[in-house]
Amino acid sequence: MSSQSVGHFALLPLYAAAGTAILALLADLFTGRRAAITGVTLLGTLATAVCAVLAANAEPTFCATGGCSWIPTGAAATTAVLFAGLTAGVLAFSLPALRIGTAPAGEFCFLLACSMTGGVTVAYAGDLITLIVGLETLTLPLYVLVGLRRFAPTERVTSDPAAASLTFFLISVVSTAIALLGVALNYVATGVVHLASLGPAQASVFAPIAGVGAALLVIGLAFKVAAVPLHAWAPATYDGAPVPVAAYLSTASKLGGILALVTVVSRLETRAVVTILAILTMTIGNLVALRQTRMVRLLAWSSVAQAGYILAALAIGEPGAVAALAYAGFFVVLELVAFGVVVALRPQGGDGGTLADFRGAGRRSPWLGAALILAFAGLAGLPPGLAGLFAKLSVVDALIDANWTWLAGVVVLNAVIALAYYVRVSAALYTLPPRVGFSVADPVLLDEAIHPHLPVPRPVAIAVAAAVTAAVALGFAPQLLLNALT
Amino acid sequence: MDAAQILLIALLAVPAVGAVAVLAVPARRDRAARVLATGLAGVTFLLTLALPVAAPREFGWFSYGPVPALIPWVRVQADWVPSLGLQFHLGVDAISYPLVVLTGLLTVLCCAYTVKKVPEGGAGRTLAALLLVLEVGVLGTFLALDLILFFIFFEVVLLPMFAVIAGWGGPERRAAARKFVLYTLAGSVLLLIGVVTVVSQTGSGDLTGSFDLSRNTQCLVFALLAVAFAIKAPLWPLHTWLPDAHTEAPTVGSVILAGVLLKMGTYGLIRVGLGVAPQGAEWASPVLGVLAVVAIIAGSLICLRQRELKRLIAYSSVGHMGFVLLGIATLTVTGIQAALIGNVAHGLITGLLFFLVGTIKDRTGTGSLDQLSGLREQAPRLAGLLGFAAIASLGLPGLAGFWGEAFAVVAAVQAGGPFWVTLAVIAACGGALTAAYFLRLLRRVTHGPSTPGVRASRHSISLVEWVAWGPLVVLSLVIGLMPALVLSGTDIPIVSLIGARP
Repeated sequence: MSSQSVGHFALLPLYAAAGTAILALLADLFTGRRAAITGVTLLGTLATAVCAVLAANAEPTFCATGGCSWIPTGAAATTAVLFAGLTAGVLAFSLPALRIGTAPAGEFCFLLACSMTGGVTVAYAGDLITLIVGLETLTLPLYVLVGLRRFAPTERVTSDPAAASLTFFLISVVSTAIALLGVALNYVATGVVHLASLGPAQASVFAPIAGVGAALLVIGLAFKVAAVPLHAWAPATYDGAPVPVAAYLSTASKLGGILALVTVVSRLETRAVVTILAILTMTIGNLVALRQTRMVRLLAWSSVAQAGYILAALAIGEPGAVAALAYAGFFVVLELVAFGVVVALRPQGGDGGTLADFRGAGRRSPWLGAALILAFAGLAGLPPGLAGLFAKLSVVDALIDANWTWLAGVVVLNAVIALAYYVRVSAALYTLPPRVGFSVADPVLLDEAIHPHLPVPRPVAIAVAAAVTAAVALGFAPQLLLNALT
Repeated sequence: MDAAQILLIALLAVPAVGAVAVLAVPARRDRAARVLATGLAGVTFLLTLALPVAAPREFGWFSYGPVPALIPWVRVQADWVPSLGLQFHLGVDAISYPLVVLTGLLTVLCCAYTVKKVPEGGAGRTLAALLLVLEVGVLGTFLALDLILFFIFFEVVLLPMFAVIAGWGGPERRAAARKFVLYTLAGSVLLLIGVVTVVSQTGSGDLTGSFDLSRNTQCLVFALLAVAFAIKAPLWPLHTWLPDAHTEAPTVGSVILAGVLLKMGTYGLIRVGLGVAPQGAEWASPVLGVLAVVAIIAGSLICLRQRELKRLIAYSSVGHMGFVLLGIATLTVTGIQAALIGNVAHGLITGLLFFLVGTIKDRTGTGSLDQLSGLREQAPRLAGLLGFAAIASLGLPGLAGFWGEAFAVVAAVQAGGPFWVTLAVIAACGGALTAAYFLRLLRRVTHGPSTPGVRASRHSISLVEWVAWGPLVVLSLVIGLMPALVLSGTDIPIVSLIGARP
């Protein structure tokens, strides 16, 4: 038996991502200097993105009868670049926290790079097993990252991160088991794992088993994107995790789940399940978000709802795949901006805070306020967040093209509900300080004394600026992303 | 690209870049920033005036068949997002041009008004920048010749207007702003579904072309668009956001809202509603007509009972927009011309009215009719202007308000049949009611013994106020005497929009 030939050129992005993780570990071992570790990791994310672009047209590899397991495509390269960018952004958001030592830099960078490796694998996966392995590699390091929080001697120790980590771990393991069961049932019924030959089951006695398998697979993956009714872990986990890690959960981790869902849904017949999930997810996500009082929880619920819009595009199956990926692309950039501004406005290493903590923040920091407005407008699908508007437009366009106008109606109705909480938070950013119990000469001065103007750490500022630039650029030239995904 | 096309782009680019520039001015130079905003709005206004001069005049008019094609004076066309069927397609013709000029004019007047007086709530330069952003959105809506581009510009005004109301408004501004933004978004998402359906079915969003849609689709699309535009216009019974928004908005916000934002609804109904789904419009026109007449009567009756100045003017807008929509509903050239001139007249006169009542409210500290009286004795000039604006608004012949209302009724009579004649008669009665409530307003505010609030207020009219109000007064008179200024050249584009009807 001859050994399988391996196209190393196609694997370049994976090598770069995995190499980044190993280099981060080695840098920790040999230098122990934070700057070296984080520098190596940042360069590694850049290398991953460059490799993904270089190897965009490489030949598929790991081929066997039935299909290949590693398939470079334009969409794969684009999402790999997105994963690398998100990882770099989240690392930049974490640098202030790493500097004051809330998490060990070596372990943090290693785990983050491992997670990126998983994301790259999901993007290129050509069979269901690689897909699940990639998704697990993406998620596994996050269990640790969510709970990785050291407390200073003077600080009040809480078990929130640990609780968040455990919740996430338990739910995620169960969901993986369900997804694997789905893959197994589908394999039993059809004998297929390669995506190239994956399709709706032929009429046979095994067809019902294949159908159940497909449904279970979708449900397992729906946990990862926090689709209702499989969403309960997300708000608690996001809120307990350090804010940059919550940003990663809500962008890169979600993008991985969406990629996996797109892969499965565009090949298997799962429209009924996905339609129900989509309607529940957007409606409940938006309605519950209306009542939130904590910033990260609000973002978590809004991110649940956003996943619902993506699922809506997937409800029509294959024709909605590009729209779903495009929405995900626009969404992660805007979400990264939103989380970045939250990191910048809060004390270093602090939690997301309540909405009241952000009152008047836009007056104190006009640039950050403007960035958050841009992100919220985009998430609501309105100008000046043109990127978000085109995201909504592409989903509605796909649904109406497929004659699913009623589902497009549900999507836009939800956009109206969502605007209610986005404008509430946005308006709070610019309200005057609340009245204090006693009379003061100048409430604005008092407010400034209570809320000292925190200097924004440079890496955070640069990352937010880069994300805003990307969001604005995508807003004016959305065709770039749409082309890159097809 | 010739000069006229560059002009068209500059019309959007100047206020857009201007808004950023105004925001970039440091906080301590706030007044300079407001002056800059006024200057840029002035440049934009001059550009709108230059459009017909720069437009190539030699375009030949060839009419093949009964319906001539819609040919804009100037157009700019480029691909933007081909996969979503979106083209960057701008153009101007006789239907949109008067509204473009009106937008330019009102924006420059509002910016000039903020130079002197910034309402409480936030930095003056931010308000001025938001006014410029609003101008971009409104001009874009009037210039767009692509369906999806129209939708995008339609959305642009949403958040800036929310910010103007929520940032610089009265005591209940939060609730009013939220109501405004959610209500109008609900309308514009229907517009989204409508335009995407059209583009998806015909593969093109070109508003200068014709749309090959089945009758059923036309009915569906027109219903979606009509509700969307009816919320914006607003048409009874979808008007309930308007009084709150107007009552709480700062003076300049009210002027822009009434003067140009509402026109986006009626203009959209003409350009997009009739242009895309003429058969759908024919199907829905009786319903539109009835609702328009109900709006006229309901608006007037509510005004007769109103005790708050700004609310009264806001409800009078509902009545006036009822006349505009009645004109559109007749689907005749006369009716649509009445709607066009009604739009412009309402923009000028209601803009002026909101400036005046905003000033009265600011100076006396109250908008309640019970506490305002005797303005004529204390501030004769202000009272005179208010009287002029009220009389123009009630539709006295010779002033701008007359043509829109009178010819909407004429068009309904010409449409023939007992149904339209009945509507015309009721609408004419509504016109009489309009006169009644405006005269009541004048009697309460200008006549009678002066109240302490009126006596304590400042009486003179400052230079900035004359600058802001003067053009509106003059234009109300000029357009009243020469309606052809607005209507010349509109007949052929209207014929091509509504089909071969006379």
